[in-house]
Amino acid sequence: MRITRLAATFGAMALVLAGAACGGSSDKAGGSGSGGGASGIVGKAAGGKLTFGVKADQPGLGLQTGSTYTGFDIEISKIIAKGLGVPESGITWKTTVSANREAYIQQGQVDVVVATYTINDARKQKVNFAGPYYVAGQDLLVPVNSTITGPESLTGKKVCSVSGSTPAKRIQTDHKDAQLQQFDSYSKCVTALAGGQVDAVTTDDIILAGYASQPQYAGKFKVVGKPFSTEPYGIGVKKDDTAGCNKINDILKAAATDGSYKKAWEDTLGKSGKPAPELDTSKLTNCS
Amino acid sequence: MSVFSDPTNRDVYVTGFLWILKLTLASSVCALVLGTLLAAMRVSPVPVLRGFGAAWVNIFRNTPLTLIVFFCYFGLYSTLGFTTSNDLELNNYWLGVVGLSVYTAAFVCEAIRSGINTVPAGQAEAARAIGMTFRQTLTSIVLPQAGRAVIAPLGSIFIALAKNATIVGTIGLMESSNAMKQLINDNGNAVFAIFFVFAGTFAVVLIPTGYGFGWLADRLAVKR
Repeated sequence: MRITRLAATFGAMALVLAGAACGGSSDKAGGSGSGGGASGIVGKAAGGKLTFGVKADQPGLGLQTGSTYTGFDIEISKIIAKGLGVPESGITWKTTVSANREAYIQQGQVDVVVATYTINDARKQKVNFAGPYYVAGQDLLVPVNSTITGPESLTGKKVCSVSGSTPAKRIQTDHKDAQLQQFDSYSKCVTALAGGQVDAVTTDDIILAGYASQPQYAGKFKVVGKPFSTEPYGIGVKKDDTAGCNKINDILKAAATDGSYKKAWEDTLGKSGKPAPELDTSKLTNCS
Repeated sequence: MSVFSDPTNRDVYVTGFLWILKLTLASSVCALVLGTLLAAMRVSPVPVLRGFGAAWVNIFRNTPLTLIVFFCYFGLYSTLGFTTSNDLELNNYWLGVVGLSVYTAAFVCEAIRSGINTVPAGQAEAARAIGMTFRQTLTSIVLPQAGRAVIAPLGSIFIALAKNATIVGTIGLMESSNAMKQLINDNGNAVFAIFFVFAGTFAVVLIPTGYGFGWLADRLAVKR
């Protein structure tokens, strides 16, 4: 009796470990093998349908209310869909979170990701980036009467960000003298900021501007305005879809000159009072 | 697996599970003490105490733990100003211990109460016959026998507690689930490896714990 039980225990452990090994290897296979070249977004758009992965919880950028999505990322998605010849009725929106964007593109759950998606080298190994369509920077959101003037005055202050995010990690590594409070969403951080439990909320300035312009917080918070990082927001497509990526860059170039980019800004984030940024077409990626 | 060869990542992993360990240990002690007290209340001859015990169990057993932990931060700390430490992490840790303890105590109470039911009525009657008070009967006759009968179910409760401890991540403690989230965010190419290492750690620690409690229950059972 004892022996069978022991054997069962080790059997269960072996299963778990075998699972871990499988997970690791299948992951690698997915990285290189998936995503047939013929099914690029240009080919898919000819069918009149595209699925966009967007954020659902960031006011001003990608916010879901009921079944409709609004924000700057959404407007950019619409410009791209239009450029590819997909009518607005052919767009399917899908909520993505930071952790599943690469996986969604690779598995084909979404065709294009426009979700505050910072271009970096680790991600470039998994997906192809068009853009950037906006360059954000990490900044601080503080109460209007706060004494915090920038990242250098954070010593001993309580700073809030989303757990596991890049801004949170930057505070941990570059500003060790600040205390970091992490929540699973920015809205909890903003609640804690309103209640005085934390002294500042930190993430990309464009996201903070979205929260600052929400009606219930109007006049209470300000964005410090001293960005201490560079976050170029890209548009993610499948790794081998170079044609689709180039096409999106062409669409962005056209949008910069015909005023539709400016209009997208003014309809969404422009409401916070921030003037429309210049879309620098010379900085667009080469899609390789 | 290359993710875990980086010392910074390993540090995140180890710290995450150390928090889980600390949360589990502190909360299991608190919950055991509190749960035993509640069980004593529920079998006591005083109606007010019985009502209090029953109310506690019904409220906390039927409230999602996420809400309880969330309330500990935004209710107890934010609104009522209850603080345990000036250090942000320690404060969140103790708020988490409070939440986990009040929740788990409800389950411990019910387990012990069911143990009390396994003690034959003759034992308590005999104790009363030789003139023992309620308190003496409970602490030296009933509870020792009841406790031995419920070691296996208590083991299940503590294993559940160890896994529930990850919920304290919602108020920002960098425990294992938050550590996993951070590693996945930084290493989007190794999602499955990271996931299985974290899940595997729980399994590797908790499966033997379960057998340990089973063995203890066998050894300490009251042979009738």
